[in-house]
Amino acid sequence: MTVAQEPSALNFECETGNYHTFCPISCVAWLYQKIEDSFFLVIGTKTCGYFLQNAMGVMIFAEPRYAMAELEEGDISAQLNDYEELKRLCLQIKRDRNPSVIVWIGTCTTEIIKMDLEGLAPRLEAEIGIPIVTARANGLDYAFTQGEDTVLAAMAHKCPTQAPKLEAEKEERNAISKLMNFGRKKEEVKQAESEYKDHPPLVLFGSLPDPVVTNLTLELKKQGVKVSGWLPSKRFTELPVIEEGYYTAGVNPFLSRTATTLMRRRKTKLIGAPFPIGPDGTRAWIEKICSVFNIEPQGLEEREAKIWESLEDYIQLIRGKSVFFMGDNLLEVSLARFLIRCGMTCQEIGIPYMDKRYQKAELDLLEKTCKDMGVPVPTIVEKPDNYNQIQRIYAQKPDLVITGMAHANPLEARGINTKWSVEFTFAQIHGFTNARDILELATRPMRRNNNLKELGWEKLVKEEAKI
Amino acid sequence: MKLAYWMYAGPAHIGTLRIASSFKNVHAIMHAPLGDDYFNVMRSMLERERNFTPVTASVVDRNVLARGSQEKVVNNITRKDQEEHPDLIVLTPTCTSSILQEDLQNFVSRAQMDTQGDVLLADVNHYRYNELQAADRTLHQIVKYYIEKAGKKGELITEKTEQPSVNIIGISTLGFHNQHDCTELKRLMADLGITVNEVLPDGASVHNLKNLTRAWFNLVPYRELGLMTAKYLESEFAIPYVDISPLGVVETARCIRKIQQIINDQGKTVDYEEYINNQTLYVSQAAWFSRSIDCQNLTGKKAVVFGDNTHAAAITKILAREMGIQVVLAGTYCKYDADWFREQVSEYCDEVLISDDNAEIANAIAKHEPAAIFGTQMERHVGKRLDIPCGVIAAPIHIQNFPIGYKPFMGYEGTNQIADLVYNSFTLGMEDHLLEIFGGHDTKEVITKGISADSDLNWDKEAKAELAKVPGFVRGKVKRNTEKFARDRNFSEITLEVMYAAKESVGA
Repeated sequence: MTVAQEPSALNFECETGNYHTFCPISCVAWLYQKIEDSFFLVIGTKTCGYFLQNAMGVMIFAEPRYAMAELEEGDISAQLNDYEELKRLCLQIKRDRNPSVIVWIGTCTTEIIKMDLEGLAPRLEAEIGIPIVTARANGLDYAFTQGEDTVLAAMAHKCPTQAPKLEAEKEERNAISKLMNFGRKKEEVKQAESEYKDHPPLVLFGSLPDPVVTNLTLELKKQGVKVSGWLPSKRFTELPVIEEGYYTAGVNPFLSRTATTLMRRRKTKLIGAPFPIGPDGTRAWIEKICSVFNIEPQGLEEREAKIWESLEDYIQLIRGKSVFFMGDNLLEVSLARFLIRCGMTCQEIGIPYMDKRYQKAELDLLEKTCKDMGVPVPTIVEKPDNYNQIQRIYAQKPDLVITGMAHANPLEARGINTKWSVEFTFAQIHGFTNARDILELATRPMRRNNNLKELGWEKLVKEEAKI
Repeated sequence: MKLAYWMYAGPAHIGTLRIASSFKNVHAIMHAPLGDDYFNVMRSMLERERNFTPVTASVVDRNVLARGSQEKVVNNITRKDQEEHPDLIVLTPTCTSSILQEDLQNFVSRAQMDTQGDVLLADVNHYRYNELQAADRTLHQIVKYYIEKAGKKGELITEKTEQPSVNIIGISTLGFHNQHDCTELKRLMADLGITVNEVLPDGASVHNLKNLTRAWFNLVPYRELGLMTAKYLESEFAIPYVDISPLGVVETARCIRKIQQIINDQGKTVDYEEYINNQTLYVSQAAWFSRSIDCQNLTGKKAVVFGDNTHAAAITKILAREMGIQVVLAGTYCKYDADWFREQVSEYCDEVLISDDNAEIANAIAKHEPAAIFGTQMERHVGKRLDIPCGVIAAPIHIQNFPIGYKPFMGYEGTNQIADLVYNSFTLGMEDHLLEIFGGHDTKEVITKGISADSDLNWDKEAKAELAKVPGFVRGKVKRNTEKFARDRNFSEITLEVMYAAKESVGA
C-alpha cells in the first residue's frame, strides 16, 4: 500500500439508530443547578414537559428555575404570534425570578414549525433587557448529553472578548484573576501568580459540579498550569473571557460542537486530550495539557499508581469480567477505556454519536490500553439498534451490561447484571479522587450478587414458549 | 403558549401506550423523535416490570423531516412483526409526528399487506386529548376493531354465558393501584357468584375480544377509562354497564345493588342484601371505624381533596359521608369531565375547584389550611412545604405508590385501606402538633407564592412573644387574622392590645 493510512485496530460500525436514550432537553436539569442565575425555558409540547417531569423525579418539586413554554394548537398553526407569546412569558419570568440569563431550549416542535428562535432572541433581548441564549437541544438531531453541548456552544458566543481594563491596573491581563484577587495586596497577588508557570491562558469547557471543578483546577495548579476560566461558570455574569489565541480543553467526550465553536468562532486552540475520567484518563489529560505548554509534569506517575492501589478492593470484583455498553450518553468510550485498564474485557461499545476528531486522543488511548492489557479491541457501534444488541447480549452473556432504565429490570430478571447508565452522568466521575465513585457504581451489581448468591434466584422470568 | 412547570395528565400518546402495553402480545410503534420512548423507562421503573416493554420507536430524524418517513415506518412495522410475532401492532403518533401530517394511515394499510398480525393507527389528536382521554379512545378503538372483525367472519359469540358474568373494563398498566383493585374486584365477583368473563385491557389477548359479548354486563370501575368501550357495547349489543366505582362502603353497596338489579332484569333472581350487610358490619372495618372514638376525634376536621375524577369524588364522599370530616375543597384536574365531578361532590364539600394548574391548587390549600390533604404526589409536596400531612389518592404518582403489598382502594378490603390512609394522615398531623406544643420548635411559617409570610406590619416584642405561645398549627392563622384586623384599621404596629382586639373581633 502506498497511501499512508493510519493503522487503527478499532472497528467502527453503524446500526439503525433504534435505541433508547434520554431527550437532550434533560440537560436543563443539571445546567440550571450549575448556572445559578439562569432560567431555562423549554419551548415545546406536553410530551417534552412530561419527560422532564418524570426524568427529573423529585427535583421538579424544588421550584426549579426551569419551565415549559407549552405550545398550543394556536401556536402550531401560527394563529398566535411567536414573538408576542414569548415576550409575555419572558416578562413573567423576569418579574417572578429576575434571572441574569434566559436560556431558550428549542425542541423538535420548534424545529418542525421552523420557529426562528435565533432571530427572535436578539430583538426580545433588547426589549426586555435580559440576555437570551438559544440552544436547539432536540431529539431530531441529538442524544441526551449532547444537549449540554448545544447550550455551551451557544454560551461560547456570549463569553466576553476582552478583559475590561482599568487605567491604573493596565498590567492586569485577566479580569477573572483580578476579581479573584480583589482586595488582596499587590505582593500577595504577585506571589500567587508566581506559583504558575508562564503559559498562554487556558479555558476549560464542560459543566461539572463545583467540587469537581475545584479538584481539577487544583490538579492543574500542582503542575503550574493556571485555569483562567471555565465554561460554564457558577453564574452567567462570570462567563470567562475568551480572546483569540487562548487555549481550550474539554472535560467531557460529548462536547464536540462547543469545541468546534471555540475553535472556529472564537479562534482558540483546542488541546485534544483523553478525558479526565479514571486515574489513567486524568493523568493523560494533565500530561497532554502540560506538553502543549512545554511543562514537565511532576509526580503524576506516583499519583496515578497510588490511586490504583487504593482501588484494588473494587478492582478485584471486576478483574477478568466482561462489560457491554448499550450506549446512550457518549461517556462510553472513556468508561470502557478505564474499565479495560481495571482488567475487564469489553465486547461492544455502543455510542449514540462518535466524533472521531474530537475524541481522537481518547480513542488512541483506548487502543493502547487494550494492547497494554492484552485484550481484544472492542467494536464501537454508533447509532446502535437495541433489539439487535439484546440478541448479542443473550449470545455473549456479558458479566455486566451498562444500559438505560428501559432495559435494566428486564435484563436483571433474565439473570444479566446491569448498571443504569444515567447514573454515570450525574455522579462525580472526573479526576483522580473520583475514580472510586466510578467503580462504586460499576461494582454495585457484583457486590449485590455476592450478598445474595446463596439464594439461587437469578432467572425470574418464566421460560417463554419456543415457537 | 402557556408557562407550565408540572402537569397532572400526560400527553395523549402515553394513554395509547398504556392501553397497547397492557394487552398481551400487542406491540406499539411510536412515530417519534429520539428520546420520546421514556414510556419504557416509566413502566420498567414504576411497575418494576420484568419483561421488555413492547414499545419501540420509528425514529423521526432530519432525514424524515426532509424526505418524509417513506419506507421507514412500514419497514419498522414489518420488522417487528417478524421479530416478535405480535397479534396487533398499534402505530402511535406523537405531538411531533402529528405536525408532520404524514399519511400514517397509508403506511398502516401498506404494512398490513406484509404482516401476519393486525396493524392499527391510534386515532388520537395530540393537541385535543390528554393521556386519560386517549387511553379511553384507544381501548374503544381496539375493541371495536376486533368485534367488527369477528362479526365479519361470523365468529362473534352473542350467546350469553349460563351463569351471570361480567367484563371488568379499565384495568391498565401504570394505573393507580390497578393491579390490587383488579384482584379485589375479582374476589368480589366470586363472592357474588358472578364469573369474570374478560378483564380489559390488562393481560387480555385480542383473540378473546370476540367473547366480550357473552357477558351479562360490564363493570367500569374507573370514570376515566373504559366508559367509551362500555357505551359502545351497550349500543351495539345491549349489554348494560355499571359505572359506580366501588370505592368506600356506601358506594360499594350502591355498586352491588346496581349489579343485582341488572342481573335480576336478565331473568335470574339474586339477592345481595345480606352479603352487603354482613360485609359492611363485620368484614370491612370501615363502618365500625366510623363509630369508634378514633373517628369521633376526626369530626369536623378540615380536609382538601384533589385528584382524578374517580378518586377525588370517591374520597370526598368517604370523608364527608362516612367519617364526618369537613371537606373544605374538592377538586379535579379532569377539566374535560368537570360537570360530572361537580354533580358528584357538590353536596359533600364547601367548594369545588376544577383546574390543572398546580400553583392554583397549592394556593387554595394554603388559604384553607386543612388538617390533612388527600391528593396526588404534587399535593404531597405542597403539604410538605406547609407542614400539612397528605395521603396520596391519585396519579400522578411515584414508585412508592406501586406497593408490593396488597393495597386495593376498591371493594371491602379497599375500605379498610382507605380508613388506614385517612386515619394515619390525621394522627401524624396531631402528633406533630403535640410535639410542637410541648417541645417547641422554631416558628414555622407558611411559605407560598400566593400568600406571603412576610408582612409590612411590625410586631412589638410582647406581641411576638404572645404569638410564639400560640400552638403551631393555628399560629399562621392567628398571625394573618391579626394582621388583617390591623390593616383594616390602619394600625402600623401590632401590640398585645391589637392582638386581643383582633381575637375578639373574629369571636375566636
